[in-house]
Amino acid sequence: MSREAPESLSGAQIVVRLLERQGIRTLAGIPGGAILPIYDALSASELIHHVLARHEQGGGFMAQGMARATGLPAVCMASSGPGATNLLTAIADAKLDSIPLVAITGQVPRAMIGTDAFQEVDTYGLSIPITKHNFLVGSAEELLQVIPRAFRIAASGRPGPVLVDIPKDVQNQVIEVADWPAPGCADPLPPPAADLIARAAAMINEAVRPILYLGGGVVHSGAAVAAVALAEKASLPTVMTLMALGAMPVDHQLSLGMLGMHGARCTNLALDECDLLIAVGARFDDRATGKVAGFCPQAKIVHIDIDPSELDKIKTAHVGIAGDVGAVLQLLLPAVAGALRVDWLARVAHLKAEHPLRTPGIDDPRSPYGLIRAVADCLDDEATITTDVGQHQMWVAQAYPLRRPRQWLTSGGLGTMGFGMPAAIGAALAEPQRTVVCFSGDGSILMNIQELVTAAEEGVNVKIVLMNNSSLGLVFQQQTLFYGERIYASKFKGMPDFVRVAEGFGVPAIDLDGASDPRAALAAALSTRGPMLIHARIEMREQVLPMVPPGAANKDMIGG
Amino acid sequence: MNSLTRTENQALARAVLELDVNNHAGVMSHVVGLFSRRAYNVEAILVMPVGGGQTSRIWLLVNEDERLEQMVKQVEKLEDVLAVRRHGTEHEVFVRLEEFFR
Ligand SMILES: Cc1ncc(C[n+]2csc(CCOP(=O)(O)OP(=O)(O)O)c2C)c(N)n1
Ligand SMILES: [Mg+2]
Repeated sequence: MSREAPESLSGAQIVVRLLERQGIRTLAGIPGGAILPIYDALSASELIHHVLARHEQGGGFMAQGMARATGLPAVCMASSGPGATNLLTAIADAKLDSIPLVAITGQVPRAMIGTDAFQEVDTYGLSIPITKHNFLVGSAEELLQVIPRAFRIAASGRPGPVLVDIPKDVQNQVIEVADWPAPGCADPLPPPAADLIARAAAMINEAVRPILYLGGGVVHSGAAVAAVALAEKASLPTVMTLMALGAMPVDHQLSLGMLGMHGARCTNLALDECDLLIAVGARFDDRATGKVAGFCPQAKIVHIDIDPSELDKIKTAHVGIAGDVGAVLQLLLPAVAGALRVDWLARVAHLKAEHPLRTPGIDDPRSPYGLIRAVADCLDDEATITTDVGQHQMWVAQAYPLRRPRQWLTSGGLGTMGFGMPAAIGAALAEPQRTVVCFSGDGSILMNIQELVTAAEEGVNVKIVLMNNSSLGLVFQQQTLFYGERIYASKFKGMPDFVRVAEGFGVPAIDLDGASDPRAALAAALSTRGPMLIHARIEMREQVLPMVPPGAANKDMIGG
Repeated sequence: MNSLTRTENQALARAVLELDVNNHAGVMSHVVGLFSRRAYNVEAILVMPVGGGQTSRIWLLVNEDERLEQMVKQVEKLEDVLAVRRHGTEHEVFVRLEEFFR
């Protein structure tokens, strides 16, 4: 607590002051009746820049973009009722990808709760299963505890979203405040158990064909450097989940890239042969493992995770270590013997040579891989890459040379179409010095297209590369492969003119299809500051390969 | 409840979970939501405030199955759950309560 001259403040003013003290400088949201006192107080803040989203889900994803880019909790706001329900998808998305988010919603006055008042919805009840924790605030006094606690919970241990629902009368209630609580920050964690570290090190030292399996927790923990150091010291071929891309540079000698449903053949085949799997901040998601019984069938498992409930959830670990993965890796590193593993690395190199990721068209900027590579050729590792969800997302995950943790922002667990563009806006707001590229699809972009005007209004340095295959491509691909080519509800008949749509929202746009030199057009577009939409047509029948059929073991990939 | 007969039910292995929780509206929802989303039936529930009423104790009677370990870990993660203790069916809390259900 810090003591200052007592002031008479409303709950709304207290919220704003606590956010300022928390270090929040940018937040996104949409006002409405039940949150107007907070907006009124925000209007007086000289520190906080409020970004007006055009749909609460967009605001939620902007906050996610800020949080994913920086690792710090970010804030979104919505009014009661429809404002709150519109926010739910972005909150659920944050829960599944462990993103620290503080969502603040207005609620009808306490006396009206439970009366089906105008724009009353049970936000508390709705948000229980999709938040790490949630609050319905009962008084202005309580805000002094709840707001810092919300940030502490969001940031502590395994990060996640916290929702704070504040009735309007609580926002208007005036109290005397003399003591201010310290800002909420992540709790320190107990050190990992030394005996388990020793056992894990012994298993790594004894292993003949070990593989290091990195998950999003490595990025959240800031442990990428330690993970790469461990891989190098012990000569561990390394696979990454979708969430971990960037933790080890893809072109690192030991990198096998992404595993799982759209991983390269060599990656999934190496996993099939490994005798030890060292899972770090990864949760054995079904898109990564395929049929669990067929995942690393010969391997013993060392599993390191900050969340004890992840240990033994899907696969029983021979050694399970609960702890911050960065701290565990720091202890593991000196305990692990340096090793060359000549035979195993030669075997992995052989698999890589025999079954590499095939990227047809990589030199043709009018093909999916080629377009992605051409974009990458215009940028350096300082650029941030976001995606929507679909084929384009998987092509980028496979082919973009990601080399930096937090370079890659994608909706992994929930797989939410509509994530990419608002998340890119958030990332650009948080780190204005970077170029932020959002790879999107013609289906996904429409799910939060309204945020183009937010991008224009804020002048963010966001480039949307729209890979237009006139279809819900990933659905089209599944119907082609697994539903007897019965294409239904996945081919668009009506198609907007995306260039004009963007221009209509105030965002300049170019069409690569008409460009005589698409590389030059890309280079020019990507080097101009400010928002821009880059439209590129993609052949509808292009597929993401290889692909593990849903429910199959990873070694039974098709294609690629 | 479920479609098992009373005798079948008794034949199943049971566990009693004892939770110390903060006593405020919403805690029960958080706890039972973890079970309902997994279609994991809670056979019996008992809650009483303890001490000055700042905290409560929740007793849950559940069937033992392979998910119970995971359930306990999930319950432990809840912000308002202070402690979880696991007992076998020999625990008397629900046996004594049966009197009220005659
Ligand atoms: C909100 C939401 N609705 C539905 C889906 C199911 N889904 C996954 S990918 C996909 C198609 C995406 O189409 P598009 O954005 O054009 O990407 P493409 O696959 O064509 O590259 C759909 C409908 C989803 N992931 N998210
Ligand atoms: Mg498409």
